[in-house]
Parts: sequence; structure tokens; C-alpha cells
Amino acid sequence: MSEREPIPSPEAFRDEVVKSYSGKVAKKRAKHILVNDPEVPAEIEANVRTIPGIISQRGCCYAGCKGVVMGPIKDMVHIVHGPIGCSYYAWLSRRNQAATGDGIANFIHYAFSTDMQEEDIVFGGEKKLAQACREAYALLKPTAIGLYSTCPVGLIGDDVHAVARQMKEELGINVFGFSCEGYKGVSQSAGHHIANNGLFKNVVGENDTPVDHPFSINLLGEYNIGGDAFEIERILDLCGIHLVATFSGNVKYDDIAQSHNAKLNVVMCHRSINYMAEMMESKFGIPWFKVNFIGADSTAKSLRKIAEYFGNEDLTARVEEVIADELAKVVSVRADVASRLSGKTAMLFVGGSRAHHYQDLFSEVGMTSVAAGYEFAHRDDYEGRRVLPSIKVDADTRNIEELHITADDTRYAPRRTPEEIAAAEKRGFNWRDYDGMMSQMKKGTLVIDDISHFEMEKLIATYKPDIFCSGIKDKYVVEKMGVPCKQLHSYDYGGPYAGFIGATNFYQEIDRMIGKRISKLITPPWKKQSA
Amino acid sequence: MRKIAIYGKGGIGKSTTTQNTVAGLAEWGKKVMVVGCDPKADSTRLLLGGLAQKTVLDTLRDEGEDVELDEILKPGYAKTKCVESGGPEPGVGCAGRGIITSINMLEQLGAYTPDLDYTFYDVLGDVVCGGFAMPIRDGKAEEIYIVVSGEMMAMYAANNICKGIVKFAQSGKVRLGGLICNSRKCDNEKELIEALAEKLGTQMIHFVPRDNVVQHAELNRKTVIEYAPEAAQADEYRTLARKIDANKMFVIPTPLTMEDLEDLLVKYGLAA
Repeated sequence: MSEREPIPSPEAFRDEVVKSYSGKVAKKRAKHILVNDPEVPAEIEANVRTIPGIISQRGCCYAGCKGVVMGPIKDMVHIVHGPIGCSYYAWLSRRNQAATGDGIANFIHYAFSTDMQEEDIVFGGEKKLAQACREAYALLKPTAIGLYSTCPVGLIGDDVHAVARQMKEELGINVFGFSCEGYKGVSQSAGHHIANNGLFKNVVGENDTPVDHPFSINLLGEYNIGGDAFEIERILDLCGIHLVATFSGNVKYDDIAQSHNAKLNVVMCHRSINYMAEMMESKFGIPWFKVNFIGADSTAKSLRKIAEYFGNEDLTARVEEVIADELAKVVSVRADVASRLSGKTAMLFVGGSRAHHYQDLFSEVGMTSVAAGYEFAHRDDYEGRRVLPSIKVDADTRNIEELHITADDTRYAPRRTPEEIAAAEKRGFNWRDYDGMMSQMKKGTLVIDDISHFEMEKLIATYKPDIFCSGIKDKYVVEKMGVPCKQLHSYDYGGPYAGFIGATNFYQEIDRMIGKRISKLITPPWKKQSA
Repeated sequence: MRKIAIYGKGGIGKSTTTQNTVAGLAEWGKKVMVVGCDPKADSTRLLLGGLAQKTVLDTLRDEGEDVELDEILKPGYAKTKCVESGGPEPGVGCAGRGIITSINMLEQLGAYTPDLDYTFYDVLGDVVCGGFAMPIRDGKAEEIYIVVSGEMMAMYAANNICKGIVKFAQSGKVRLGGLICNSRKCDNEKELIEALAEKLGTQMIHFVPRDNVVQHAELNRKTVIEYAPEAAQADEYRTLARKIDANKMFVIPTPLTMEDLEDLLVKYGLAA
């Protein structure tokens, strides 16, 4: 047996990867790959165009708008205006769920498309889109209809907003359109912003029925993948916290229309929905802060912060009771799993918040996240919101509409006075802030933005992590390299992983994936031959 | 078969010039097909005696996939074959994609028969996007003639079209055959266009004078050659037809910079 080669330092790894690229590419990629120092997070390049020729994990603007943010709203019909592939390949693949049996229609298992043909491209597809709205309404009587533009719609100039206005009048329900053509922006992040704008302009504040509950909140940026939102709802319910609307997992149109009457907004996925939190604060006076329900301890921490916000003794007591009860069930599983997984390593390259949030779950079982990065996040998601003023606004960002929101004439009602906000801040309460991924990762770990396929393979070959977390695009490449790959977009076939039950599920899933490696039990035929 | 596309600024007289030239060739016994590539579908009106043509795209829309060639290919003056690509109404859809669809359809239906001597593509306006460049891509058209006048914008457009030709000439067979000056009676017009042609590395293949008989013929839905075969203007178009038939000068043009083009205009415009 030859001696094991020494493991390269992260600096050496970074240099070697960058050196493999040609001049201009090397210069660009070097800015996306950092060796972390949590004390002083360095400036990372993010939310810029992927270099042509590089295999990226990123998705498109339409995927971010319709797929991520709007798609989960269950009693709306979401009509995709475009060729059928844009709908077909987005059909249920995100695994976001919605409850049935509450008397509210649930259409999320359907795919609605105008199925554009060549003649619709040549002659325009507006009439077909209007007809699709009429058919959808006649068949299903949805609460509202959303119209989503795909690439060709932008090229031929179909006016989805004009069709929406016409159909709103004709059908008597809310119909609104999104100019979320796939080619817009540098990634799906553009689509999140466009969805936030559309949802804010067309839905939030449409229903003024008061919310009669002392502890009412909205949960922003939770999409109910694998049932996460169900678990969070269960916990909030136990605590006596009233959830008005989730943006947008397991939610109905009216919840969002009424959400401006909640007393607080808490934000899970900062990247996809921070715009909404900001706009609702400006228009209605609802304060927001960041939470994380991924990880049992993180869930406990988030619940305590919500209780602290409301400052009600009964609520605080109840929250503590729930945490104690639930954690008691978690710790035994956690200790058992940690006995096997402690000291193991994980890499996470996914999303705009998941690559950060899931590090909590790994650290709860003693694992270290040695490399991580986002697909489509911006600098603030890495370095924290303190860098917001210094983020360069490039032409790609300027192309996405930025709404300028002022206080609502009649409905602006600050839930906290400036004095109260300042006082809470003084005792260490963090409002409208997010510290980002880098301050939480260990010194000397690798942070890589918009990781390329080449960099991913190199990372795995060099550091041989015990588990790699990403999505379907690279899952099987990773597994062919002999490393288990957990999809953190769709959760493979599992979930929920949020909250307390979710944490237990996740510990056990990772334990199973790392500990019971079927591929290690067999010798593949090509290895037999060479032996 | 020679495959010719006529380009030029909107309103310059492309359709009129094309149809009269085609009439000249057809009268002479040549077998010619004209493919109108303009959503207005007015490229074959004078050959057919009115807008009698159902367009390829309309037919495709109404009939689905089962389109017969004789539904879209109508016989016109002197056995010319006339096709209109057609397209959407103004402000909707994608006319460029329509042209691509329609030319593909013509190929599939076997419209390009070996007995043809010429196919003429009459293309809307400037080369504005991939669809309108379709006739000069993939060897659909191999010779380009640009209709131009001594007016500044017409020359700008001609120069721009040359840039499009350069792009496709490098990867294909398309070449510039010359400029056709459709006179607007500008000062020094002939000299100006000859100078432009020289700078572009091509020729002014013919100077077509302005004559009111063209308007009279158009009001009667006829080419000049059919309406007034004895008129001097009819002979001009016959001459143009013969010059094109005899043309051997096919070049990759050398488009001018904006400065050069403006210098040219100033030089000849001020010399008047």
C-alpha cells in the first residue's frame, strides 16, 4: 500500500482549480471561490452571469417565478404561456405539497399550459391564452389565475398583462400576469423578484378582513417541499401562534390576500422572498426578522425569537413547554445518530438559503460542512445584509423591476414604534437582518458560488466528503463517484426535514445514506474483470 | 436555377421592381417563381392581377399539416409561379419565424422544381432579424440585389443589408449581384449610386428612371410590361431583366463605415 497522498489545503485546492481555467475564465471564477474566514467574511462574487461553456446548476427566471414562488399557491390555476416542455418538465418535480380536505380546491398536481405551436409563434398567442383562461375557469372555477411567460412569449411580444386585464374583467376573478421569460436575469433569482413584485401588487392587501389573533404571523420563504410547512404549522399550532399565510407553501390565495393584517413577518428563505418582507414593512408597517426551522435547535431558537417579539408571558411559557416536549423526542435519536456520524463531513451546493440552513442539521449530529455554496444567491446571502449598500447594481439586475413602496394611506399601522424597535435592538434583538452563510462556516472551509461541474468533481475527488448535497442535475454524477448525494431541492423521496420531526427524519436519513452504502457491498463487473 | 433575393429599404419599390423584372424574364420565356416574404402579401399582386393569393401561413393555419402545393402556388403573368409567405397582422407574433416556416413548407412540398430558371424572393425592408435573413441563409438565395435610391435613408439601408450579406457570405454561398437604382430624381443620383456601388465593391446594375406609367400600371393591377408593353419604361425593366440574366459579377460586399457613407453623401449632394 502506498502512503496516502496528503490532503491539499483549501488554498492549494482553490489555486489548482483556478489554474485549470483559461485566462479570463480563471480571473472570473477566482472571485467566486473563497477560503472562509468567519470573523471577516471576504467579498464573494455572486449573482453574476454564468460563463458560457461552464456547466452550471442554475435554473431560469420562469422556474424561479412560476416554479418556486407562485406554483405552490394551491387554489390558483397557474397557466404557463409557452411550448409544452416548459410545463411538462416543471410538473410536480419540486415536490411542494398542499393539504386537501379543507374544502379549498387544490390544483397543484395539475400542469396548465397553452402548448404553443409554431403557428402561435408566427401569429401571436394572446387569443389562445385568453381561451385557456376561459377553459380553466369553466372547468375548475379557481380563486385566481396566474399567467406565466416563457422565453418565446418575450420574443414575439405577446402581452400577457393585457390578456390578464381582459380576463379579470370577463371572468370576475383576479387574473394577473408575470413577465418572467426564462432568459431574464442571470438565474432563477430574477424570477423570485418578479414573483414577489407580482404577488405584492396583485394579491397582498386584496382582502381586508381583520385577523383576530394576538399572535398572528406570516411565514415567508417556506415552500412546503416534502411537507416541511406541515411540520412548521404543527409546531406553531402547539405554541398558539396563528399563521395567517405562508409564502407560499400549503397556502390558499385568500391567506395571502389577507396577510397584510398579520402582526409579524418571519423569513425562512431570505433570497427568494426578502423583497416581500421589505415591501410589506414599508406599506403596512409589519416588521420582519430572519428565522430558520431547519435544525431542531434552530427551530427552538426561532420559536423563542417569535415569543420574544410578542413579549407575552403565557406565550413564552407555552413555547418553552413545546420546545422541551419536542426536543426530548429529538435528543435520543440525535445522540444515537451522532455516535456514528460525528466527525464526518458534508458538502452543500444548493439554492439560495438551503446550503446554509442544512449546515445546522449536520452540526447537530457532529458533522462538519467543509464546503458550501449557493446556485443563485446574492452577496448578502453569503456575507450578510450589512454588505447590501456595497453591492454593485449591474445591468442584469437593473433589468428586473424594482418597486418603490410607500406607506399605505389608510392601512399603514406600524406594529412596533421606532422606540420599541430601538429598545429591542439594544438588548440584542436582530431585526430585518441576515448574517449570511459565511459567518457561520468554520475557518478554512471552502465557499464556492455557482459551482461548476468541473469544480464539483474536483472537490469530491480531492476531499471525498461523506455526503454531498445538491439537486437532480448532479445527483447521479456524484453517486457514480461513490459519494451519497442527498437532494436538498426535492429531498429525493423524503421529508419533512423542517422542525422537530423533520430534524429526526433528516438525522436518520443521513445515517442511512452514509452508513448503509449498498454500492460498497457489491463488486461491479468492470472491477471484477480488471482484477 | 438561379436563386435571387431582392432587399431594400421599405417603400423603395422592391415589389414593383421585382415583379416588372420577373415579367421581363417571363415574357422572354424564362420560368420564374416569385416568393413574397412580406406579411402584407403584396409581392405578387401585379403578376396575379390583384391580391388573389391565399398565403402559405394562412393555408397552414386553416388546413393544418395537409397543404397541397396548388393551394399556395398560383400561376401569374406569362406562366410565372407566385407564392406569398404571408404573416401575422402588425404588432403580433413573429413574421420572421413565419418566413422560415413558409420557406420550409415550400421545400417540403417540392415547390422548387428543376424546370425553374429563377426563384425570386421579395423580402420586407431591412435585414431585421433571423427570420428576414432566412432567404439568404442556408443557400436559399444565392444572389442579392438591393433596390436603392439617392435618398440618404435608402443608402443607409443598402449599406446595412450589405453587412447582413457579409455575415452570411462568410459561411455560405450568398453574394451581392448589384444595386438597382430606382430613381427618386435626387440630385446627381446616378453618380451617387455608382460611387456607392464602387465603395461596396459591386456595380449599379441598372438605373431605373422614374415614370408615372408605373403608377398607372399598378392601379390596373398589372406590371408595366403587361399594361403598356410599348412604353419606354417597359423596356427599362426588360433591360434590367437581361442585365441580371447576363450578370457575372458576384461579390462579398465591403460595407462602408458611417463616416464614409456620410462623406459620400456630402460630396455628391453638395456638388449639385
